[in-house]
Amino acid sequence: MTYPPSYRYTAQHEWIDVKDGVGTIGITDYAQHELGDVVFVELPKPGARVQAGKSFGNVESVKAVSEIYAPVSGEVVEANADLEATPEKLNSDPHKSAWLVRIKLADQAELAKLMDAKAYEAFISEKNKEASA
Amino acid sequence: MLVSISAEFVEPTVDPSVITELRKTPLNAIHRRLGAKMVNFGGWDMPVEYPATGGLVAEHKAVRGSVGVFDVSHMGDIRISTARSRGGALSAVQHITMNDASKLAIGQAQYSAMLYPSGTFVDDVIVHRLGDDDFLLVINAGTREKDINWVRENTASHDCKVEELSDSYTQLAIQGPRAIDVLQKLTDVDLRPIKNYWFTHGTVCGLKNILIARTGYTGEDGFEIYVPSDVTTSEDVWAKVMEAGREFGIIPCGLGARNTLRLEAKMALYGHEISENINVWEAGLDRYCKMEKGNFIGRSELQRAKDAGVTRTLVGLEMIERGIARDEYRCVNEEGEPVGIITSGSPSPTLCKNIALAYLPPSMSALGTVVYVEIRNQKAKAQVVPTPFYKRARKSTTQQFASTV
Repeated sequence: MTYPPSYRYTAQHEWIDVKDGVGTIGITDYAQHELGDVVFVELPKPGARVQAGKSFGNVESVKAVSEIYAPVSGEVVEANADLEATPEKLNSDPHKSAWLVRIKLADQAELAKLMDAKAYEAFISEKNKEASA
Repeated sequence: MLVSISAEFVEPTVDPSVITELRKTPLNAIHRRLGAKMVNFGGWDMPVEYPATGGLVAEHKAVRGSVGVFDVSHMGDIRISTARSRGGALSAVQHITMNDASKLAIGQAQYSAMLYPSGTFVDDVIVHRLGDDDFLLVINAGTREKDINWVRENTASHDCKVEELSDSYTQLAIQGPRAIDVLQKLTDVDLRPIKNYWFTHGTVCGLKNILIARTGYTGEDGFEIYVPSDVTTSEDVWAKVMEAGREFGIIPCGLGARNTLRLEAKMALYGHEISENINVWEAGLDRYCKMEKGNFIGRSELQRAKDAGVTRTLVGLEMIERGIARDEYRCVNEEGEPVGIITSGSPSPTLCKNIALAYLPPSMSALGTVVYVEIRNQKAKAQVVPTPFYKRARKSTTQQFASTV
């Protein structure tokens, strides 16, 4: 799966796609692959504030619980309600329809700290090398 | 995202300063070639799932619906046999295990456990009676050293020979309703008459005198075979099993599916449902503990504990509200007061429900009792349900016969 060039990425494997001050956040294809079959998603409600680098929700596979960290700070304007009934979408379409939340960014400057697609791809290719070593 | 793998896949007492290289089974290269996700399980580098063939849920379903194969070579094996006078091995096994090994026929196996004097668990074991005075104990991977030391120390006064054979065998578990069809293609032994928890020896994949046991840890029909542990033989047998199973859709299965399968069948996992702090009565393993067989380690304290009554008991839970109970989550009552602990919890791929095993006070163990599980500081409702969560349909003899004609 390709990593959309317009998105920004974290070292904890979240992505964010910002348009007009609103960022859509999800987990990367690498993340869903590491998790395995996703069976449960827990997300904050609209109005909740998230802080860059802090956990704001959880994704669970059969065997593991994983926290999701906010790439940037802001206020949740929408959570993806579809994922409650169909969490498995996170495995099949992590970069598009299985987005997690939309937030209104508090500080656009925080985006500069994130990786672009090229940097993220290099980052995970290193990880894959470690894993197969 | 930070993956926190469920506790059962992590060595609980790893001191970073003493981490040595992970141990590998003879099939390690195969697992890596298949792209398995590998984890540290009790000091072993083991496959947790094989994403390329569908991953955990597909593996679970393959075993329930057809057949899957597990590398369980990390399990340990201890043989206790006659030294000078016959009967020494039997009396040693009777002394260190709680079930009655004298009741076993040659070729029969039993679920049992080694206990501390406190009546709590050293480990659970499968005892195989190889001969009149010859036994094979199959033990857990994470407790190998502790177990072998325990066996040696506590059988020293018995006239028997103790050998650790753990590294001599590659152990494969072929599990599922079609396991018999797969293995039958690879052996000259007629597998049909072998009953559950019985075993025999025969030629498998051209290898003579292989131990073939109708045992497993999945709640499904299946076999475990013990073949020589050199890499060439191990890889050859693995390849032949995969080839023989192809028509039945066999896939390799990892520890993830092994855990969900055994949980549905309410089979205990050491360090979770049973441990050095939990006794036989609490774990509900009464029917494998034969108090009337004579003295054995743990018996007197168990007698006392039985008279005193238990303060906690193992129950099955099903989540009513949204949420997955995980290992070590707390159970609380309506008022939020702690009442117990989850020992194993997971989504059940067969039942499509979130299930768990938990220790609760006997007063809260009745079927239908509502209890709450603390999940990330929030109470989620669950209720006590019958166990095992999953029980395979056993064919009657006539049906079995009819289906094979």
